[in-house]
Amino acid sequence: MDLQGFGHLLISGTWVTIQLALSSLLVGLVLGLTGAAAKLSKNRVARWLATGYTTLVRGLPELLLVLTIYFGGSQLLMWIAGGFGYTEYIEIGPFVAGVAALSIAFGAYATEVFRMAMMEIPKGQWESGLACGMSTPRTFFRIILPQVWRLAIPGLGNLFQVLLKDTALVSVVGLNDIMRQSQVAISSTKEPFTFFMVAAFIYLLLTAATTGFTMFMERLANPAARGNRG
Amino acid sequence: MANAPTALVLKDIHKSYGDLAVLKGVSLTAYDGDVISILGSSGSGKSTLLRCINLLENPSQGEITVGDESLELKPAKDGNLVAANRKQLERLRSRIGFVFQNFNLWPHKTILENIIEAPVQVLKQPKAEAIARAEQLLEKVGLADKRNAYPDNLSGGQKQRVAIARTLAMDPQVLLFDEPTSALDPELVNEVLAVMKELAEEGRTMLIVTHEMRFAKDVSSQVIFLHQGQIEEMGPPDQVFNHPKSKRVQEFMASHS
Ligand SMILES: Nc1ncnc2c1ncn2[C@@H]1O[C@H](COP(=O)(O)OP(=O)(O)OP(=O)(O)O)[C@@H](O)[C@H]1O
Ligand SMILES: [Mg+2]
Repeated sequence: MDLQGFGHLLISGTWVTIQLALSSLLVGLVLGLTGAAAKLSKNRVARWLATGYTTLVRGLPELLLVLTIYFGGSQLLMWIAGGFGYTEYIEIGPFVAGVAALSIAFGAYATEVFRMAMMEIPKGQWESGLACGMSTPRTFFRIILPQVWRLAIPGLGNLFQVLLKDTALVSVVGLNDIMRQSQVAISSTKEPFTFFMVAAFIYLLLTAATTGFTMFMERLANPAARGNRG
Repeated sequence: MANAPTALVLKDIHKSYGDLAVLKGVSLTAYDGDVISILGSSGSGKSTLLRCINLLENPSQGEITVGDESLELKPAKDGNLVAANRKQLERLRSRIGFVFQNFNLWPHKTILENIIEAPVQVLKQPKAEAIARAEQLLEKVGLADKRNAYPDNLSGGQKQRVAIARTLAMDPQVLLFDEPTSALDPELVNEVLAVMKELAEEGRTMLIVTHEMRFAKDVSSQVIFLHQGQIEEMGPPDQVFNHPKSKRVQEFMASHS
C-alpha cells in the first residue's frame, strides 16, 4: 500500500489519539469513582449532584459535549476570569476540550459501573476493616477499592473501547488525531478508500490492544483465581 | 475475677431501630481474664449488643469503657450516639477484637496479608515484625502451611481460624465473638472451638455469643442470658445451666440440651 509520504502523519495522529484516550480515561476514572462515592453517600446533596451529572451527561450526544466545551468553554472561562478582573483572551485547545468532554462522558457511565461494583461488596468487608481500627478512608482504599476494581474492570474495559472510538469526534474541533490526519491525507491524495482503510486498521489495532490489556488487568486484579501465590 | 482490673464495662446500653427497642438497658462488666458467654433465643439482641460495643451499631443510650478509657459519645441527629472523637474510636476499636459469624476475611489478600494488614496499617508495626508475629499465630491456629493461600481456597473452619489469628494479631484487650461457628459445617465446628478454648485457658478476656451450650458451660466464667433486649439471668455457668432462677432460662435450657 502506498501512503505517498503520509505515513508519519498517521503515526503522529495515532499518538495524539492514544494520548487523548488515556488522559480521558484517567480523569474519567476519577470522576467515576467520585460519582459512585457520591451516589452511595449519606449526604443528600452529594447524591443529588451525582444523579444530576449522570442523568444529564448520559442524555447528551458526545459530539454536543465536545462542541459545547470547545466553543462554549472559552466563553465561560473568560466570564469567570472576568469576575476576578482578568481580561486577556483565554482559549481552550482542542486537546484539553477533548479530554474534558470525553472524560465527563466516560465518568458518567463509569459512575454506574463503580456504583454497581461497590454495592456488590458485602457490608462485612467494611465492618472487618473498621473493627480493627482502620479509618473509613483507609478501609475504602485498602479493602474495598481493590475488590471494586476486580468487579469493575470488565465494564470499564467496554467503556474504554467506546471512549477510544469517540476520540474521533474531537477531530471536528481541529485536533490532529488519526481521523483528521487521514482526512488531510485524503484531501491532497484524493484516495479516500486507502486512507479510511488505514484509519480503520489503526482503530482496530488499538481496540484489540485494549481488549488484551483489559484481560491482563482482570488477571492482575484477581490473584486468588490463579491459586496460591509464589 | 472480681479482683482483676476491668477489661470492658457496659452501662445501660439501649438500642432502638425506629420504634423497635432491641436493647433495653444492658449493663455488664468483664474483668481481665473473664470469658462471658451470651445466650438467648434468636432476635433477643445478642449480635446487636456485641456490635454496639465497637460502634458497628450506634447505641441510642449507654456508656462503654475499655480498660480505663471511656468511649466519648455524642448524640447524632437520628437520636443514636456516635463517636465524639474519631481517633479515639479507632484506637479503642484496635483494642477490641471482633470475630464475625461470616469471617469477613479479605478475599484479595493472602492469609498472611490478611493478618498483617491491621498491625502494619493501624499499629504501624514494622512489616517484618508483623510477619513474624503472623507466622506464630498461624502456627497456633494450625494453619502455618496456608500463609500464601487466599481465603477462597480455605474451608469454613480454616477461614474462621484465620479470622481469629487476624484478630489476635492486634493483641486486643477484649475479644468479641458473634456466633463464630454458626456458619460452619458441623464437622468443622470443633477445630474452631478448640482454638477458642485455648485462648480462654491463656486468660484472654472474651465475650462469646454462641449456641454451643457444652462449650459455653465448659469455658465460661460468667454466662448471660438475654431476653428481648434485657439480661434475664447472669451468673456462673453452674447456676445458669444447672440451676437457673428464671423460668424462661429453665425452659431454654430444657429445649437446648
Ligand atoms: N439494622 C436493623 N434494622 C432493623 N432491625 C434490626 C436491625 N438489626 C437487627 N434488627 C432487629 O433487632 C432484633 C435483634 O437482632 P439481633 O441480630 O441482635 O438478634 P440476635 O440475638 O443476634 O439473633 P440471632 O440469634 O438470630 O443472631 C431482631 O428483632 C432484628 O430483627
Ligand atoms: Mg445474631
